[in-house]
Amino acid sequence: MRGNNVMGIIFSNLHENLISQLTELRTMGAVPFGGRYRLIDFPLSNMVNSGINKVGVIAKNNYQSLIDHLGAGKAWDLSRQRNGLFILPPFMDPSDYSNRVKTFNAIMPFLKNSTEEYVMISDCDVICNIDYQDVFEKHLENNADITLIYKRDVLPAKLQEPTVLSFDAKGRVNDVLVAPSITGSCSFYMNMMLIKRELLMELVKKCIGKNTMSFKRDIIQAEYKELNVYGYEFKGFAPVITTMAEYFTANMSLKSKEVRDDLFNGARPIYTKIRDDMPTKFGLGSKVSNSLIGSGCTIEGEVDNCVLFKGVHIGKGTKVSNCVIMQDTRVGDNCNMCYVVVDKDVIIRDGKTLAGQPSYPVYIGKLSVV
Amino acid sequence: MYPKQEVVAMLLAGGQGSRLGVLTQKLAKPAVPFGGKYRIIDFPLSNCVNSGIEAVGVLTQYQPLVLNEYIGSGQPWDLDSMNSGVRILSPYQQIKGTDWYKGTANAIYQNINYIDRYSPDYVVILSGDHIYKMDYSKMIAFHKENKADCTIAVIDVPLEEASRFGILNTNPDGSIYEFEEKPKHPKSTNASMGIYVFSWDKLRKYLIEDEEAEDTEHDFGKDVLPKMLNDGQRMFAYQFQGYWKDVGTIDSLWEANMDLLDPNIPLDLNDDTWKIYSRNPVVPPQYIAEGASVQNSMIADGCDIAGSIEFSVLFSNVVVKPGAVVQDSIIMPGCVIEEGAVVQYAIVSENTVIGKNAVVGARPEDIEDKDKWGIAVIGDNHKIGAGAKIAPKEMVAKDIEGVE
Repeated sequence: MRGNNVMGIIFSNLHENLISQLTELRTMGAVPFGGRYRLIDFPLSNMVNSGINKVGVIAKNNYQSLIDHLGAGKAWDLSRQRNGLFILPPFMDPSDYSNRVKTFNAIMPFLKNSTEEYVMISDCDVICNIDYQDVFEKHLENNADITLIYKRDVLPAKLQEPTVLSFDAKGRVNDVLVAPSITGSCSFYMNMMLIKRELLMELVKKCIGKNTMSFKRDIIQAEYKELNVYGYEFKGFAPVITTMAEYFTANMSLKSKEVRDDLFNGARPIYTKIRDDMPTKFGLGSKVSNSLIGSGCTIEGEVDNCVLFKGVHIGKGTKVSNCVIMQDTRVGDNCNMCYVVVDKDVIIRDGKTLAGQPSYPVYIGKLSVV
Repeated sequence: MYPKQEVVAMLLAGGQGSRLGVLTQKLAKPAVPFGGKYRIIDFPLSNCVNSGIEAVGVLTQYQPLVLNEYIGSGQPWDLDSMNSGVRILSPYQQIKGTDWYKGTANAIYQNINYIDRYSPDYVVILSGDHIYKMDYSKMIAFHKENKADCTIAVIDVPLEEASRFGILNTNPDGSIYEFEEKPKHPKSTNASMGIYVFSWDKLRKYLIEDEEAEDTEHDFGKDVLPKMLNDGQRMFAYQFQGYWKDVGTIDSLWEANMDLLDPNIPLDLNDDTWKIYSRNPVVPPQYIAEGASVQNSMIADGCDIAGSIEFSVLFSNVVVKPGAVVQDSIIMPGCVIEEGAVVQYAIVSENTVIGKNAVVGARPEDIEDKDKWGIAVIGDNHKIGAGAKIAPKEMVAKDIEGVE
């Protein structure tokens, strides 16, 4: 059954400055992850898997690779006669999207013309497989105006304006702190919320009228006492990507079977663009251990503790360990690499040695030749 | 009104493929999985789109469910256009009676209406049991150049094997003067590949005549082509260079899969200019565990490998547990090879579980009586119990109990 009176909005553009190397040539949502995915695949698949039929994707700039990835939305079953995928770039001026409140104001016609009663909002900085249908059911049970999805953990070091929530016995939000100084575990907002469409429009108009532009301070913090705001705790695998080191660690954690079973949950699969690669070929004398490998790779050398994306080539006599190597990168013969994040379409010539540190992986930019 | 298509392709996909035994028990031969992620029909379908052919009729008859579902709207091959694309053509009831497809020529005859609405100049007849990459547009250009009525693709085979094929004997200009079906003493090594280009007006006429004739099996090779040759129609042989393999038997299917692992065999599936398209499963990348060993093999998405794999082709979502050994085998989607199991020279069909320490097949060098050796085949969705033994050449179509 599809169709549940909820529409989705995904912000593909926020948090880009935190991993500026990876987002130099693409938006946050188009950052490659996990051997074959882009970050936007996770919120998009979560929405589709929970029955959402209409998703608007906010794209501010550098969105060519995002549009190339999404196409008409076919891979997510969002290329549809009724509803489907809507890519929402700025109408004329990117400054219309300079903050979340202004963005919602700029897409007001899209919100207004929709008929769904609820809106599920998500960013692309958290990688998880979450059942939004369950969030929706709890939202109705609580008779909530807003449901904020949160996670209990130590605050990620660079998380922008972390929003820490406290709850009463019934789970209703009774305190909201924006950017507090907290050490240790707390309940922080994962930049995912469910809200009534009409209410969202009303709150945004109110902010625009008062020229108050912080979504977290002027909407969540300012309104939680007046409105019925509830939390929904997500307990699964959900790394927040705020630094290159976190990005690296999140990729590496896919080597754990528990993490893969949680994130790639067979009942709620993660969809992505299809490329028709052939299966991966392992040469005679290759040696692969504890690694996640995309399709279409050719492996002649040694691969240990790595994540390889689609179409990667590893030459003879080469040893790569603890690396994330993206789509179509070719590593020549007799190279030695450890703790390196290599972007797409890079050529590493024969005999090169590259090494980073676990906490500080070396990054090689898209289309580079080493 | 349908826009004219210069070329319409008709893909004969109705055959049972009985020589593939358990592999074609529930599906037609063209739907048999191949090469780690494909089905056989992906090759002719991809060749069609890559050659610029936009209208493809697929003639189905035997066990069509899996094939129909797989082809679907034709979207993975870009064959879902508004007025053309792929059409599944199955036998149907008519005013004058009900018939199955009685032969390859009759199957096309029954679908003259489908072809006519595109008013094509040429019709390409293909079969769904060959693995090859071929640009049909070059063959059509050759057909036009020779002002031919019929062009048959041929491939050069070794003289000692020529007596297994249909052989075409040609004049120096390439025109055909004789067909010989599996000749004892072949005069040439031009084997027919079962790929024909016809000028539609000529083929249409011969199909109608064949339908009305008595004493005919309604078969292209046996009836229509010899008749055309007798009538002095212009028939030419088109030399194809490249990899081509009929995968109609267990041995040839196994060999064709193994050919993908041989870098010296010219069948590159990674060629961006001639992609083979297929329906892709939605699964995560494969995971190769610590302690696993993978040598000269092809492994698809979603696999979880902890055992030892050599010279094998693994389809998506195959699990190979620690201590299991897979050698020289083809493991289809969703199979599980439990701890300590040994699979050698075998084809294991979809979703089958090989229990702990079970032994499937054997290496030819380990068998004394060479006549008893062959590829072991296990059907889909079966369970081979712990410690069970499946002999080489055996074909298993049921669950096998474990041995204590």
